[in-house]
Amino acid sequence: MIRLYDWELSVNCYKQRLLMALLEVPYEIVPVDFFPGWEHKSPEFGRINPLGHIPVLDDDGFIVRDANAILVYLATRYDPTRTWYPVADPELLALTAQWLMFSEGTTNTASAARLHDGLGYDFDVEACRAGAHRLFRVLDEHLWFGEREGRHWVCPSPHPTIADLAIFPDVALSEEGGISRVDYPAVRRWMDRVRHLPGFVGMPGISPPLATSPPSVG
Amino acid sequence: MEQSTESDICTDPVIRDQWYPLRALAELPEGATHHTRLLGVPVSCGVTRGRPWARTESAPGDGGTGALPVIDTYGYLWTSLGEPPPGVFEIPEYTEPDRRSMNAGSFIVATSAPRAVENFLDMGHFPYVHTGYLGIEPHTEVNPYDVEIIDGEIWATRCEFFQPMAAATATGGQMSKYTYRVPSPFAVMLYKSSPVDPERRDVIALLLQPMGHEQVVAHNFLCLLDDVNSDAEIKRFQQIIFAQDKPILENQIPRRLPLDPRAETPIRADHTSIVYRRHLRELGVNYGVVPA
Ligand SMILES: [Fe+2]
Repeated sequence: MIRLYDWELSVNCYKQRLLMALLEVPYEIVPVDFFPGWEHKSPEFGRINPLGHIPVLDDDGFIVRDANAILVYLATRYDPTRTWYPVADPELLALTAQWLMFSEGTTNTASAARLHDGLGYDFDVEACRAGAHRLFRVLDEHLWFGEREGRHWVCPSPHPTIADLAIFPDVALSEEGGISRVDYPAVRRWMDRVRHLPGFVGMPGISPPLATSPPSVG
Repeated sequence: MEQSTESDICTDPVIRDQWYPLRALAELPEGATHHTRLLGVPVSCGVTRGRPWARTESAPGDGGTGALPVIDTYGYLWTSLGEPPPGVFEIPEYTEPDRRSMNAGSFIVATSAPRAVENFLDMGHFPYVHTGYLGIEPHTEVNPYDVEIIDGEIWATRCEFFQPMAAATATGGQMSKYTYRVPSPFAVMLYKSSPVDPERRDVIALLLQPMGHEQVVAHNFLCLLDDVNSDAEIKRFQQIIFAQDKPILENQIPRRLPLDPRAETPIRADHTSIVYRRHLRELGVNYGVVPA
């Protein structure tokens, strides 16, 4: 059985829950008192992850940490279609890795601003917000041109990749960090497509679409 | 968190004289200093050699720093900027030995303290905002209940609501019986039938620390009957509920609570809310509100 060391309000944990829901992979949650208990910094948790952060995934004794590494593992192991992490296509794989790196940026800016505003983390919030806007601008342009070329995901594949999921919640919760998405229409349309994926699950602040609303494509 | 402005300074004596929690003691390791704001004033607090303390910090436009009164109770460090009563309001359940008490999380929210209180008092939003937890469609009806003011506190009794998952201990849906209490203008509590023992009640409080007119720290205090779940599991349940409320709170316009009785159309479910607004009017509260 897969066990996910999880905090419900963490974007990086949500990325894993979302992928496992989309892949219909059953798993168990091990709740970690990340906030306010700082359990991830406890000596006991240090035995699970010496870096003291979540998520951590334990798949029958195989332990992997770091959001993007877990996504790579889950997709490679549990997606028989090989589309979420396209290992057979070197160029597509490289672009997936490239956009996974991009998600490190959105996490460290947009999601950091959210931790500052909601939990009082001591970050330079103006720098976080400015950094997020720079990345959102790049993403919006990329997605806008993609729509013209018939590409609806961050990578040039007819199917979404784990890179979409790695970026999605950082963007979808940006308003909790004071980062408006009003200037990024292509990003908003892409978010809507992600929300309409079959099996999509939300988290507090990210709702699944109403059953009646059609996905916006193009 | 927005910088406080001169206009966030509180001149309202009723509000200045209350006790407010600044931090859960479990989150204040010996020697650490927590910096925050109360009623527009930068303050800090900590525990040094076992003794809790709080003080104002120097800020442009004020008269320097000074020690503030402190109380430590219910697991929080409390302070006041005015002349507070001798103690914080009573929560007798806190001393019952088989209860679990904890801070489930202190969240900064861009809203006024009275808006947060009012949302906490409203059962009507359960099926829509806490779908699958505290309510579910089509069980949207709020039955009539009683509201009265006893010794300066608002009490709403005989409240009930169908809840598919009322607490971390729930194993199925139940008709939850609620009592709401507003023991001070910016604190609100509920007593709710426990899924574990129908004769006793879980106690949940939302203790607001107003940072400014339109920004609060919402301290989620729990005092529960639960010998099954870990602290992490208990906190997780409460945090999911609170995180569902947060965007609703932050999108209310205006962020301050209008006290004019004609401001927002009352419906029956808003009975407590009408009494709460009238109570604030009668106390002369002018902080976090749009005065009538
Ligand atoms: Fe709520």
